[in-house]
Amino acid sequence: MNIPKIPLGTWIESLERWLEANLGAVFDLIKTVIGESVGLLETVLTSVPSFAIIVVIAALSWLVGRWKLALFAFAGLWLIDNLGYWDHSMQTLALVITAALLSIVFGVPLGILCARSSVVRGVVMPVLDFMQTMPAFVYLLPAVSFFSLGVVPGVIASVIFAIPPTIRLTSLGIRQVPEDLVEAADAFGSTSTQKLFKLQLPLALPTIMAGINQTIMLSLSMVVIASMIGAQGVGADVYRAVTQAKIGVGFEAGIAIVIMAILLDRLTQNIVRNNKKSG
Amino acid sequence: MPILEVRQLTKIFGPDPKKGLPLLEQGWSKDRILKEAKLTVGVNRASFTIEQGEIFVIMGLSGSGKSTLVRMLNRLIEPTGGEVLFRGTDVTRMTPAELRNFRRKNIGMVFQKFALFPHRTVVQNVEYGLEVQGVDRATRRSMALESLKLVGLENWADSYPAQLSGGMQQRVGLARGLANNPDILLMDEAFSALDPLIRKDMQDELLQLQEGMKKTIVFITHDLDEALRIGDRIALMKDGEIVQIGTPEEILMQPANPYVERFVEDVDLSKVLTAAHVMRKPETITIERGARVALRMMQERGVSSLYVVDKSQRLLGAIAAEDASRAVQEGLALEDIMQTDLAKVPPDTLLNDLFEKMAEARLPVAVTDGDGRLKGIVIKGSVLAALAGQSAAKVGEAG
Repeated sequence: MNIPKIPLGTWIESLERWLEANLGAVFDLIKTVIGESVGLLETVLTSVPSFAIIVVIAALSWLVGRWKLALFAFAGLWLIDNLGYWDHSMQTLALVITAALLSIVFGVPLGILCARSSVVRGVVMPVLDFMQTMPAFVYLLPAVSFFSLGVVPGVIASVIFAIPPTIRLTSLGIRQVPEDLVEAADAFGSTSTQKLFKLQLPLALPTIMAGINQTIMLSLSMVVIASMIGAQGVGADVYRAVTQAKIGVGFEAGIAIVIMAILLDRLTQNIVRNNKKSG
Repeated sequence: MPILEVRQLTKIFGPDPKKGLPLLEQGWSKDRILKEAKLTVGVNRASFTIEQGEIFVIMGLSGSGKSTLVRMLNRLIEPTGGEVLFRGTDVTRMTPAELRNFRRKNIGMVFQKFALFPHRTVVQNVEYGLEVQGVDRATRRSMALESLKLVGLENWADSYPAQLSGGMQQRVGLARGLANNPDILLMDEAFSALDPLIRKDMQDELLQLQEGMKKTIVFITHDLDEALRIGDRIALMKDGEIVQIGTPEEILMQPANPYVERFVEDVDLSKVLTAAHVMRKPETITIERGARVALRMMQERGVSSLYVVDKSQRLLGAIAAEDASRAVQEGLALEDIMQTDLAKVPPDTLLNDLFEKMAEARLPVAVTDGDGRLKGIVIKGSVLAALAGQSAAKVGEAG
């Protein structure tokens, strides 16, 4: 017996063509919104003098963390500036922040839905597994064909790759709220919205913040891949250095990414810790 | 009309619980339903009525279905069958909005593990029920503080629950349950997580609060002593069924079946029985009579003392036989020889609290009501008989 090859690839391609032909306007809108947001953020970050930003971030680090973190922020950012990667780093930061914000805006509500309905959870969770394990290059291609080259498909790819922890941990955080507290909220006649905002979200906040922290880290790890489809920033510097075998440049740009990663990680983690303390 | 009437309230757990209702009707046992229909009977056709202002205790061991039963009263657990009538309105048929309103206005709850919201201060916890109703900030704050004052925690309003001891946390739980002034307060093993001494304090405090509030309280416990101490009436549950409903005395003295009998056999009767249970009818004489009459009465009735009362049976004192004969010889009136420093107790005094008074008093302790009227006397013999306990029922008859 001869079973013919299932034409999965062909189906995907025709689906892609159909989407492009019929939902072009939607993609254009998304492209404009994301492109403008990243552009605006980029303009703000690059037009403010680098020293001002360094001071602000160092001060922020001191506020949420300890003086050690402030010191690291100051020295690390100064090094980036000194090496000449400031503007590119700010471009990267704009991309990462946009991707993280989109992930929060879509991820938290989706996580809430997952926590409330086992049906939604049953659908969403396998999709998340799919998104996290499918090699990023594979969905880079359709992203390019929908949104053309540039920063927008980079943001989209980052969101797809980075949103799962926010969804998962939001759902987990809400489901971990002790049963007797939920029962108490019900017993006093809370609506489900009141229960969500007065009990579940506040108690789930540390867990949700841990998810957002992961999301930011993951989207930062996507910047080199995003640069392959035309996103500007230090990711592009790394990519160029790799293709031209320039070890020194690659290392410098890589250091810039590492410094940003450590700063973003510690900053968000400390916000979580401060929240726990007051809760 | 009773404030709450529960009819045939049933909870069955399983994939298709309704299927179990006719089986219960046919008299299938819980075990048989579990084995043959794969359904778990949580509560089996419980029926009772609760009157305005009483403390109704539902008592049973763990797994007896008492927590499930109380949660069906405000539908934290949906009943499989039966009715819960609150002032005639069936709670089980309420729409979600009606149910929410019922929970907000009419029925409060206190939980075993306190279930305080850890991210809210004490006063924010207490005002939660008012907050979800949309009561404005200033009003709900002052109502919450009022409620905290009832439980003596007004100075802790801005602390977080984690900073409070267990007993204090449950006071907050109680204040939260009372803050929106519900008609009914459900207390699910409210004191079970507390140390024995703290628990007793809380019981006393609840009873004291209840004097003023006259709330209708449904109190769940697995502790018989607690049930007997605070319950106006007790429903005893076993395997999801109510096996007996009655006052503490009825449960103790007329156990409905061997299960209840075994349950109550270890009860310390001195902490349950009161002076009213063991008191006897006293021999009395009105104050206007003379010493000669008194002496003759004592001889006729074979007693060595008489209690002196006025026309409305108010206790004035007592006379002993030797004093009476002295009065006859010396021509004195009863007033002159009467002993007035008698030991007096109210009828609801526990035997446990009577012992000391009895040891000090020369004459039997007098039992008087709030107006000072003599209701009976307590002699040592009847107390001992009561405590011998082997037949609490006989003591009941004697009293």
